[in-house]
Formats: sequence, C-alpha cells, structure tokens
Amino acid sequence: MTLLRRHALTAYALLVVGYLMLPIAVVILFSFNDPVGRFNYVWQGFTLDNWVEWDASLGLRDSVLVSLELGLLATLVATALGTLIALAIVRHEFRGRATANLVVFLPMSTPEIVLGASLLTLFLNLTSVFTLGFGTIFIAHVMFIISFIVVTVKARLIGFDRHLEEAAMDLGANEWTTFRKVTLPLLAPAMLAAALLGFALSLDDFVITYLNAGGEQTFPVYVWGIARVAVPPQVNVVASAIFLVAITLALGNAVWQIRTARRQRQGAR
Amino acid sequence: MGNFLHRHRRLTPYLLLAPGVAWLAVFFLVPLAFLGYQSLQSGTFPNYEFTWEFANFTEAISDYREQLFRSFLYAGIATVVSLLLAYPLVYWIAFRAGPWRNLFLLFIVAPFFVTYLIRTLAWLNILADEGPVVGALRGLHLLGPNEGLLYTTLAVVAGITYNFFPFMALPLYVSLEQIDARLLEAAKDLYASPVRAFLKVTLPLSAPGIVAGTLLTFIPAAGDFINAELLGTPKQQMIGNVIQAKFLESLDYPTAASLSFVLMAAILVALLVYARAVGSERLTG
Repeated sequence: MTLLRRHALTAYALLVVGYLMLPIAVVILFSFNDPVGRFNYVWQGFTLDNWVEWDASLGLRDSVLVSLELGLLATLVATALGTLIALAIVRHEFRGRATANLVVFLPMSTPEIVLGASLLTLFLNLTSVFTLGFGTIFIAHVMFIISFIVVTVKARLIGFDRHLEEAAMDLGANEWTTFRKVTLPLLAPAMLAAALLGFALSLDDFVITYLNAGGEQTFPVYVWGIARVAVPPQVNVVASAIFLVAITLALGNAVWQIRTARRQRQGAR
Repeated sequence: MGNFLHRHRRLTPYLLLAPGVAWLAVFFLVPLAFLGYQSLQSGTFPNYEFTWEFANFTEAISDYREQLFRSFLYAGIATVVSLLLAYPLVYWIAFRAGPWRNLFLLFIVAPFFVTYLIRTLAWLNILADEGPVVGALRGLHLLGPNEGLLYTTLAVVAGITYNFFPFMALPLYVSLEQIDARLLEAAKDLYASPVRAFLKVTLPLSAPGIVAGTLLTFIPAAGDFINAELLGTPKQQMIGNVIQAKFLESLDYPTAASLSFVLMAAILVALLVYARAVGSERLTG
C-alpha cells in the first residue's frame, strides 16, 4: 500500500514536470520548423535555416540588442542599490526600518499593470522632463528589479557569519576596508545570483515595458507586435537561445555555490 | 570615507538606504500619487483637467464590472488549481526526491527562462485545432468535430495557471523543505496514521508557504492581460486588457487611471480579508 502510494506520487510528480516542460519543448521544437504559410502553428518539417538566419525577420535583431543593453544597465544599477538597502535593513537597527521594509515589499505586491500605469501617468504629466523611450524603460526596470535584489541578498545576509568581519575589525581594519575586503567578497555569490534574477526579470518583462516604451522595442514588445500578424520561427530561435543560456548560467551558479560552500567548510576545519 | 563612516555611525543605515529608497520613492510612490491625480481628471484628450471627478470611479466600476469580476474569478481559479497541482509535486521534491531535489527545482523555474509571451504563444501550438490535444479529445468524443480549445475561457485560465505556477510552487517548497523530519517521526511514533500526520503536522507547518504562494500567484494573475489577449476572445477580457487599451489605444487616461486604482483597491481588500483569515503576521513573513 505504502509502496503503491509512493510510486503514485512519483508518477504524479513526473507528470506535472512534463506539463511544465511541454511548452518549452514546443518552443524549441518549432524553432526547427519549416512553416509553409505565415503561421508557425503546425509542424511541417525539420530545418536549420531559422537558426542560421536568426535575424532574417525585420527588427528582431535590434529588439534583442535593446533588451540585452537594457537588462545589463538596469541590473547593474539595481544590484548596487538593492544590495545597499539589504545591508542597511539586515545590519542596522534604526528608526524607519519597518517603513523601509514596506517600501521594498510594496512594488512586489503590486500588479505589473498598476506599476506600469502609474509610471506612465508620471511620464505623461511631466513631458518636459521625460520622453518615452529607452530612458523611461530603464527607470522602470531598475524600479521593479530593486525589490527582488533586496530580497535575494537579504536572505543570504541573514545567515551570514559575522565573526570574519569582527576579526577584521579587531585586526585594525576600519569599516570601509572591512566592507571592501571581507563583506563584499563574501556577498559576491549572492549578488551574482540576485543580478542573474534581475537580468532574467528585465529580459522577460512585457507589461511595464510596453506601457512606457514609447517607440522603443525590446524583444517582448517586438513579439507582441508580431504576434498579431504572424510569429516567424526566428522568434522561437531567440527564445530557445535565451532559455539555453539561462539554464546554463543557473546550473553554473548552482555548481559554483556548492563549490564555495565546500571550500568554506574545508577552510573552517 | 572610512573616517567619515566611523564618526557618523548612526547615519550609516540611512546613507545605505538613500539611493535605492529614493529611486523607489520617485518612481514607485510618486507615480502612485500621479495615478490618483490623473484618475480625478475630466475632459477629452489631450486636454485633461483636474476637477475632483469622483464620477470616474463609479463609472469605471459600473462600465467594467464584468471585466473586474472576470479578473478575480480567473485569478482565483488559477490560484486554487496551481495550489492543488503544486502541493503534491513540491511535497514529493522536498521529501522523496533525495539527490534529485535541485534538478526538480530547476524544472519548476525553467518556464521562467522562456520569455513570458513566447511560453504563452506555445500554448497556441499545443491547443491549436490541428494540434495533438484537440485531435485526441475529438477522437475520444470529448470534443465535437467543430469544437476546439483555443479562444475559450478554459484556454485563458489554463494559460494563467501555467504562467504563474512557479510563484506558487517555490514558496511552498521553501516551507515544506524547512519542516523538521523529526516532527514527522514523532507523529509516527505516537501512532498517527500517515494521513493524520500530514493533516496535523505537515499541512499546518506549510501554511506560510501556502499563504505566500497564494499571494504571489493571485496578485499578478488578477492584473494579467496577456493570456486573455492571446488565448481568449473579447468575451474573456480582463481588467488589465481594458486598462492597457485605455492608456495606449483610446488615450482615455482618467478612466485607465481610475481602473488601475480600483484594481489595486480590490486586491488590497482581498488581501485584508485573506490576512484576517490566516493571521497578519504570516503575510509579511
């Protein structure tokens, strides 16, 4: 009986995983499709042409470049700002800490459409200061990524061994030196993980970007525009490539974290 | 730098906070005020004037109550379905997957690595009339020869469920993974049946995960418009579709702004009701 139930649960788990993987498999599969008409909905035959000529679709290449540039810039700024907030909240007792926590928590619990809409009203009412375009979506991306950076780095900081920093201070290092030489290197893996998450969120965002992009086209905005006409298989090629890179990075990061943990444990011995 | 920090120790947290919190204040809190300002304006594009036009709200609610209702209905169904789908899976990963745990966690987040719009478009391939799913269902006579799955309520709700599934599964996993196995052993030693041990030990201890997962799934789902747009018809339109179209197509900013506020207020009310039901300290963790 127990045996049966255990296997039933395993079978169920594998089934749900299959359900989760199905659309991914379809996206990758249809990147090799050789569609006859405008629509890439039905499997016609295998070809590598879409991968070789991935930028054959007009505007696709530019939109991918915009997405990458935006993602890198926004992630860089948000990771810096978010890490500082996390340090303040975890490391210090101060008045207004609860408020700071709330300000960080709120954007994550607001629907994207409201985040995008409110930013848009700010930009529309201050047209003398803001012009919709790359600048406004950069502002938007930093805004919605920060909270996720704070949460990720905070989680790491809470389980942090403070003895190393105390040792550095005992040995005469001041706060700034201790931060640079001890805290920052120890935080690096968490910051990298947070940055990867931030970059993924930026690359994936459609709703907030679409509302505030003006004429600027990121990859998702491009896909939205073309989805109303006909999605070329090249879109699947880009999506598959992003997926493969992301999976590789996630695996790489996991391996790196395991190794660092092992090294630290050996160091402690 | 070092000396300055040392002399003004009590300032340190505020200096650390300043740049990030300023960004959030200017580009999150201030815009909310502008949204309120816009929602009380009247006139026609591009000459809107601030006139305390509270009628915008009553009109928005009465004109779009169907879409509002639909947003909460679809989001509610998607949340419950993903909870039911995710719980056994995550339970299995936490307690039975052994060394395969991390691999299966990666499977859960993997959909996030495919651009949102594109994983939704993939459901067009899967549910298409010429596709294998409809073919099989027609073969089993569960669907008539002219019936399909695309552009139905089912397709939209299924799309929402799929897209926000990881938001449910991850917090659930975190709460289940933290359960001390010794508690379950103790329950067993005290002759609790597996079902009773689950109901009395596992389920209550995973409550924070259920709460977090429900919020993280329900909130974005209620504001979503992509699934309704790509997998549905105008009959499945949600409040997000209306807000988006009012802002970008009909340029009716006051109505769009008041609808955004209504959506936020409705979510807040739902949150408060939920908070009362489960206890508020569980909400913010």
